[in-house]
Amino acid sequence: MAEVLVLVDHVGGKLRKSTAELLTLARRLGEPSAVHIGPGAETAQVTLAKYGAHKVYVVEDAAAEEYLVAPQAEILAALVERTSPAALLLTSTSVGKEIAARVAVKTGSGVITDAVDVNAVDGAVSTTQSVFAGSYTVTATVTQGTPIVALKPNSAPIAASPAAGVIERVEVAISEAAKSARIVASEPKKATGRPELTEAAIVVSGGRGTGGDFSPVEAFADSLGAAVGASRAAVDAGWYPHSNQVGQTGKQVSPQLYVACGISGAIQHRAGMQTSKTIVAVNKDEEAPIFELVDFGVVGDLFNVLPQATEAVKAAKG
Amino acid sequence: MNIVVCVKYVPDAQSDRTFNAEDNTTDRANVDGLLSEIDEYAVEEALRLAEAHEGEVTVLTVGPERAADALKKALQMGADKGVHVCDDAIHGSDAAATSLVLAGAITKATGGSPELVLMGMSSTDGVMGVVPAMVAERLGVPQVTFASELTIEGGRVRARRDGDTASDTIEASLPALVSVTDQINEPRYPSFKGIMAAKKKPVETWSVADLGIDPAQVGLAAAWTKVTAFAKRPPRQAGTIITDEGDGGRKLAEFLSAGKFL
Ligand SMILES: Cc1cc2nc3c(=O)[nH]c(=O)nc-3n(C[C@H](O)[C@H](O)[C@H](O)COP(=O)(O)OP(=O)(O)OC[C@H]3O[C@@H](n4cnc5c(N)ncnc54)[C@H](O)[C@@H]3O)c2cc1C
Ligand SMILES: Nc1ncnc2c1ncn2[C@@H]1O[C@H](COP(=O)(O)O)[C@@H](O)[C@H]1O
Repeated sequence: MAEVLVLVDHVGGKLRKSTAELLTLARRLGEPSAVHIGPGAETAQVTLAKYGAHKVYVVEDAAAEEYLVAPQAEILAALVERTSPAALLLTSTSVGKEIAARVAVKTGSGVITDAVDVNAVDGAVSTTQSVFAGSYTVTATVTQGTPIVALKPNSAPIAASPAAGVIERVEVAISEAAKSARIVASEPKKATGRPELTEAAIVVSGGRGTGGDFSPVEAFADSLGAAVGASRAAVDAGWYPHSNQVGQTGKQVSPQLYVACGISGAIQHRAGMQTSKTIVAVNKDEEAPIFELVDFGVVGDLFNVLPQATEAVKAAKG
Repeated sequence: MNIVVCVKYVPDAQSDRTFNAEDNTTDRANVDGLLSEIDEYAVEEALRLAEAHEGEVTVLTVGPERAADALKKALQMGADKGVHVCDDAIHGSDAAATSLVLAGAITKATGGSPELVLMGMSSTDGVMGVVPAMVAERLGVPQVTFASELTIEGGRVRARRDGDTASDTIEASLPALVSVTDQINEPRYPSFKGIMAAKKKPVETWSVADLGIDPAQVGLAAAWTKVTAFAKRPPRQAGTIITDEGDGGRKLAEFLSAGKFL
């Protein structure tokens, strides 16, 4: 069976959830091989094997950590040349998409980003995307080179399927040209104890309607074990960090449940949340466009509705 | 410092965007279009840098005749001149072909030695956010993308990039390609004077062959990906909307409980 390369998404060896999703999806296309760039492969190996990685290619080169995107693209292009895989799968984050883009140009391959599904159809790799702020569903295929597909986090439920996960160390000579945009400082995001926005099963977001007080939003999120998001209006006002912004120029999320609180539902906000499975809104304006999307909506003041809902959730959970 | 800003003409997000049924490409003919909003931030940043470093700003678009509107808006904001790559052969190009044309046009516009290329982090229609990385790859210049802060000093670029897990500071030397986010500045509105002045600003129109690119390398037939089908999403089933009468929070919790979210 043909090999399918999966780029491991990790922070210092700690796997992000999307990696297991990619391995699960890769099994539909062939035999997954994980590509682990950077330190920590020995720790990651167990999980990679659990989700179906037959091989784990490990490339440890300091340049891949020190310089933006270009070295990782060179490593993957070299592995694509070497293994002629049936496909290369990556996570559709800004970095993942950029790596995919450069590998595509280097190897003369078609690239599809922001996919929410991937399948083998008549021997070809077929993808599903949601476009124009979620108003259309598009299926597409790659017609040249190695199909390179970047999949959004939360695209598939993960399922274990143990495989050998044999580590194979690979050396790739990284060119001087790729060592040009240097990461001179990196400030890790502050830990909040909450799940990561793009990985979370539930997201509760606050907007201008919070008036700057996110405490009812956070308390409700915590009762549900959810991540906290924000509209750009809330971010621009300095009420919440930009890294929590949901929308066209923020994060694209597709959780099982999205709760918009004091958010009107502008097209740019929708672009980041419209693929959520279930959508709930709390807004005091019954005309707010967000209500066009909801499965359940409460017309009311979030400062009354959220605390009551938080108590009720806590009580129901016992 | 000479700056090239790549700007895209996109269908208005507020209008009903759709596809051409014949070839599954984005319908750009039947909907109103405009300069992609995120590219306004790139134009604004270029104008500020040109003011600070005594430079000239060239705006570049690849697109159909109507894409000239995107250039016009950028010229009204204050850019000095425009380049429009307009060629029937381009219709249906994917990101790879678009990046090929952009790289060719940047090379031609700068006599082969670009200093600074600015772009938006992503376009508001495709929202792929991959064209900047592809153009950097093709030009062989450093890629400094998703900049939410930018300084250029002594031939060096320094930018802040907010990622999923960290906020990074990126450094590179010129020439470089920088893409910007909407956090970077507040784009200006064209002034009356700017609108009048734009009418006299030069705009060159180039074909793909003018760039030394074989037209067979671009367009729908040459695309490396193919849309096989598109479907309008069925309208969401109308949801339940209640008005809070003192028990809205409890009803919300009941809905979540019924949906097994607790
Ligand atoms: C280039 C560009 C990119 C953008 N990218 C994004 C993006 O990524 N993400 C994004 O979110 N936006 C983005 N925007 C901005 C977007 O257009 C909207 O301005 C923004 O989403 C509005 O945020 P909001 O809904 O919080 O505020 P508003 O539109 O002001 O809505 C606030 C809502 O809160 C309600 N409200 C007020 N008080 C209460 C209360 N006590 N209880 C309940 N409800 C209350 C009001 O009825 C109202 O509906 C972008 C814009 C541009 C131009
Ligand atoms: N046809 C085009 N003409 C000019 N610039 C473009 C074009 N397509 C993309 N760009 C530039 O690339 C950026 C990212 O686009 P995209 O990768 O399509 O999301 C845009 O913000 C523009 O700066």
